[in-house]
Amino acid sequence: MAHLLPLSEAIRETVRDGDTVALEGFTHLIPFAAGHEIIRQARRDLTVIRLTPDLIYDQLIGAGCVKKLVFSWGGNPGVGSLHRLRDAVENGWPQPLEIEEHAHAGMAAAYSAGAANLPFGMLRGYVGTDLTKYNQRIKFIDCPFTGQKLAAIPAHRPDVTVIHAQKADRKGNVLMWGVVGVQKEAVLAAKRAIVTVEEIVDDLHAPPNSVVLPSWILSAVCEVKGGAFPSYAQGYYPRDNAFYKGWDVIARERETFKTWIDRHVLGTKDFAGFKRSLEGTTSHV
Amino acid sequence: MSEAAYTSDEMMTIQAARMIRNGVTLFVGIGLPSAAANLARLTHAPDTVLIYESGTIGAKPTVLPLSIGDGELSETADAVVSIPEIFSYWLQGGRIGLGFLGAAQIDKYANINSTVIGDYNQPKVRLPGSGGAQEIAGFCGEVLITLRQNNRAFVKKLDFLTSGGHFEGGNSRQKLGLPGKGPTAVITDLGILTPDPVTKELKLTSLHPGVAVEQVIAATGWPLKVAAKLDATSPPTSAELNVLRDLNERTARAHAGQA
Repeated sequence: MAHLLPLSEAIRETVRDGDTVALEGFTHLIPFAAGHEIIRQARRDLTVIRLTPDLIYDQLIGAGCVKKLVFSWGGNPGVGSLHRLRDAVENGWPQPLEIEEHAHAGMAAAYSAGAANLPFGMLRGYVGTDLTKYNQRIKFIDCPFTGQKLAAIPAHRPDVTVIHAQKADRKGNVLMWGVVGVQKEAVLAAKRAIVTVEEIVDDLHAPPNSVVLPSWILSAVCEVKGGAFPSYAQGYYPRDNAFYKGWDVIARERETFKTWIDRHVLGTKDFAGFKRSLEGTTSHV
Repeated sequence: MSEAAYTSDEMMTIQAARMIRNGVTLFVGIGLPSAAANLARLTHAPDTVLIYESGTIGAKPTVLPLSIGDGELSETADAVVSIPEIFSYWLQGGRIGLGFLGAAQIDKYANINSTVIGDYNQPKVRLPGSGGAQEIAGFCGEVLITLRQNNRAFVKKLDFLTSGGHFEGGNSRQKLGLPGKGPTAVITDLGILTPDPVTKELKLTSLHPGVAVEQVIAATGWPLKVAAKLDATSPPTSAELNVLRDLNERTARAHAGQA
């Protein structure tokens, strides 16, 4: 059963040094507040899994929390590079970063397999491409019925999955809608799961068949208004595309990145403090 | 014919849009492909079903999305499905007619690299990687590719094969068990390249206005074959230019205005 907890407490109790952690959310509902709290609490040697590392892992990598990244598309969508990710891969700063690279469908299959308690995910694809030369965790098997060559990827089984959603009720049942990505699979594949939500309400009024994560599969639910900023929460606030563009300038150089993280994340107590610290800044620098 | 001034990028986007048939189901990559797909939807192909890998099926954005999962896409979509579902049931399931991709590098068999420049383990430039490109290239009925043409991008040998086109040429794509026709055209800022029906090697088949054949050859890192009968791409009409520029202006305003 999920405990309704402050985010700082949920991260303290749930995320440990050396853990494999998935902070999921495909462009929408990215759990930035939780990512910042992991940085504030100085977790180290994490293996982090995400289809799109996005700004959230650029921040975790630049802040020195990450040992290994498992991913399938590592850019700043529509803008360009994730500079902290590139600096870690190309120059080993602030520490060497091991990468395990997939394509989106492979990542989706690996999460689905984890949720289904299967040892591997299976898909057509990867044939003839170079990823298989560099990622030894992509293998091929023969279909026992047709002999067709299929790709196999070991299941993702994170120690902790963290996601953001729109609503929870007071028992900790969670409702999400819009672009729901791989969050349900990532939660069900994990040993422990934290969900931050825009608001806690008396009744979810969830239509049948909507994406509801019952309280009893979650470890903690935390109310963090705006906790997906600068990504978005459909029905609450839009994606802050200007922030994503501004991040390119902040993250390009180590010094500007460090100044930003020190001031806005390490120098603030919580996500509300982070949001306040951005007020009046231009380009969020 | 309009003699309006236009840029080579506008020519590329407009020609790419023209190649989208009305009513096709289209799996769209972000960037140039998304601009072309939306231009097509706003001009000659209003019934095109735009599908983005965020799981948005039938998206009808009024501004170009910055990311493949912008709220603009899910709010205007006919349906929004999960990531495992979009890739397994819809793309791998063979439901998508046309895929549209960009690339950092392309070779003469229309294989593309969007992963790395230089050595994978000691990269000169680390690019974003496959995302859904590998699956889009693999499982759509056919694939269009659009990118600017120069000999850093049009290379003899890819630094990394992210997404397969016609692999080693000939029937090598079929031999690997991949469905669909693979890439059927590459639209650049200089012209259109299409694969030879038998060898699958890309050949220059249409030249954009004001571009010389020698210029295209010089911008290609392999000895480019040129069709015996070379088509001339029609210049952009003022209607096409107006719709594209309006779209870009709306997009720029929307992306700047949300700070």
